[in-house]
Amino acid sequence: MKRTLLTGNSAAAWGARLADVDYVPAFPITPQTEIIETIAEWIDGGRMRSRMVTLESEHSMITAAGAAAATGVRVFTATSSQGLLYGMEMLYTVAGWRVPFVLVNVSRGLSAPITLEPDHNDVLAARDSGFLQIHCATCQEVLDSIILAFRLAEDKRVRLPVIVNMDGFYLSFTREPVEIPDTGSVRQFLPPLDAGDISFRASAPISQATAVLGGSPYSYFRYESHMAATNGLAVYDEAAESFAGLFGRSYGTVEEYRMEGAEIVFVMVGSFATKAREAVDRLRGAGRPVGLLRPRLLRPFPGKALRKLLAGRKGVMVIDQNLSMGKGGVLHMELASALYGHPDAPPVLTSFIGGLGGRDITPEEFYEMVAVTEKAIKDGSTPPPRLLYTKRELDEVRKLQAIANVERRETGKGE
Amino acid sequence: MYRIRFHGRGGQGIKTASRILGTTLFMEGFEVQDGPRYGAERRGAPMFAYVRASMEPIQERGIIRLPDLVIVTDDSLIPIPAAGVLTGVAERTVLLINSDEEPGLWRERLALAGPILTLPAAAHAPHINTQLTSVLSTGAAANLIGVISRRTLEEAIRKELAPLGAGAVEVNLENGLKAFDLTVVLKGSVREGGKTQAASYDPPDWIDLPFEEAAISAPAIHATATSERVKTGVWRTMRPVIDYSLCNRCWWICSTFCADGVIRVDEEGYPRIDYEHCKGCMICVAQCPRHAISAIPEHGEDTGERQE
Repeated sequence: MKRTLLTGNSAAAWGARLADVDYVPAFPITPQTEIIETIAEWIDGGRMRSRMVTLESEHSMITAAGAAAATGVRVFTATSSQGLLYGMEMLYTVAGWRVPFVLVNVSRGLSAPITLEPDHNDVLAARDSGFLQIHCATCQEVLDSIILAFRLAEDKRVRLPVIVNMDGFYLSFTREPVEIPDTGSVRQFLPPLDAGDISFRASAPISQATAVLGGSPYSYFRYESHMAATNGLAVYDEAAESFAGLFGRSYGTVEEYRMEGAEIVFVMVGSFATKAREAVDRLRGAGRPVGLLRPRLLRPFPGKALRKLLAGRKGVMVIDQNLSMGKGGVLHMELASALYGHPDAPPVLTSFIGGLGGRDITPEEFYEMVAVTEKAIKDGSTPPPRLLYTKRELDEVRKLQAIANVERRETGKGE
Repeated sequence: MYRIRFHGRGGQGIKTASRILGTTLFMEGFEVQDGPRYGAERRGAPMFAYVRASMEPIQERGIIRLPDLVIVTDDSLIPIPAAGVLTGVAERTVLLINSDEEPGLWRERLALAGPILTLPAAAHAPHINTQLTSVLSTGAAANLIGVISRRTLEEAIRKELAPLGAGAVEVNLENGLKAFDLTVVLKGSVREGGKTQAASYDPPDWIDLPFEEAAISAPAIHATATSERVKTGVWRTMRPVIDYSLCNRCWWICSTFCADGVIRVDEEGYPRIDYEHCKGCMICVAQCPRHAISAIPEHGEDTGERQE
């Protein structure tokens, strides 16, 4: 099978093209821009039949995506970081409309201070919006996940929008060998959208979201969305199985890497998980029984699958590339809630915060996380959460602070 | 695995160069990962790109800590600590610098024991253009790695530069292949690096961050006009030059479009470019209605004082 070097952004554009999307509302933001540039070039050159409209903000872009999806056409859009947050009000709103479409988020750390490099606080801010979330680790997975995401979103048992997430720079701008599936097989996997009763028209208006007071109807609508999202697990499994049959690539709700006989297991999402695979290989080479689990779906959360895969293990190390201020790592809490109270749950669950704003996680740090967890298992006590941060890094910050202190003296703002 | 790092400035074609090298290695049957890394700045800002190539699937990502080959397309970057040119450079690392100065001088300056090679500007002749230096380096690098044939290099240059048109392809092809031929005696001097070992490693010196009050720990810059102190003019690869015989003093156009606010207006109403801070983005060149602003190479022969 022929493979091509593609960036994550190009792979995302290919996903939209192969899904034969009808409408692409767009607004540029680093590091997502290459996705819409690529699609724009294809449409302009007649290689992709779709309508692209640039909006004046992400708020309008997501509104346009939801409104177009409500007319029964296939919709694709993409954003990142501050853009996702700017559209946050409409993320919740369009998910409540129960309209299916796919949004790619290119993860980038949030302001302030501002950065361009990735962590997952942007996409996790949308965690409770009603959008389902697929998290990718490779450029191939970005392309494949977009096609899978349309199947998932459009299924009658779900009918919710889906976010496909990739890390800025580490995937968005990185080229890797990617196999571009042929159009015929994609059409077989993902037929043209059967809009059914999704039929919003100017000539036949529908009020998309009525006001409901008193709490009772509101609770009904919200909980129905929750159940639809939960249905996503089974619908996803079916879709992934059919995808594997057609394309030969398997994507479970949770990726399992060298889990045979693993006593200690890394759990993390996103592209840094490939670094963990490498570390697991080295650790296995040194005779340490270590494995890796990478949830691909975060919403719906594959709690049952994780519980089953972790049953009887001695220790779990959660690496969160995000930080909930005043609590800690989001994935750590989600996993703890899935494991707590189950008799086979691993007794030690350690928490590591790393990769914030694209900070590297080195092989030695993976090895050390295992050492810390082995010690916790031996001592029978779990250490406090650990930020992956070295003395040398703090020394560098101290240098910057020394400059700031001189500034303050010079500007008379005290020390 | 081969781990190769390119250092240059935005506009020098570093991303393209890394892609050409990535494509050659992919065509030679390697698994490849390549990508650029840059900040919010544009043309002229320091940036780097990397290429990994291995016969096995590549799981590593991001910054290359221990490079086998470092390619520097602008030697003015070497003394800038933030550019990180020498990060992880060890005795086994080959350093390839676009420089008119001798390797011996660089060895002495940098106190490095490993192999240093330079590609002098004369090697670019007759096509003097800073934007071509990166492809020149790629041609040299392709031979240093030793597993890339001349024909593959040619095919990759054609493939990656096709969108730029036939002219760009031919010029770069000539430069790239010339550099490939120049380094033929050093073929294969870059060796694949190994992997870290989990059995024995230097543990990271993690620390617990101390709490500090917001007066210390909020991300604020107190001094004003700090950007003036950074002479971003050295980032320029191309220089905009105003021909005052054509300028009709519609200064509000060039000075408004200038993204860095470095075009001021003199008492007679003529725009004046502050070359200490102009990054050479060339937006003024594109916007000038009289075409009175032209772009000339910053380091070529023709940096004449046409402005006055």
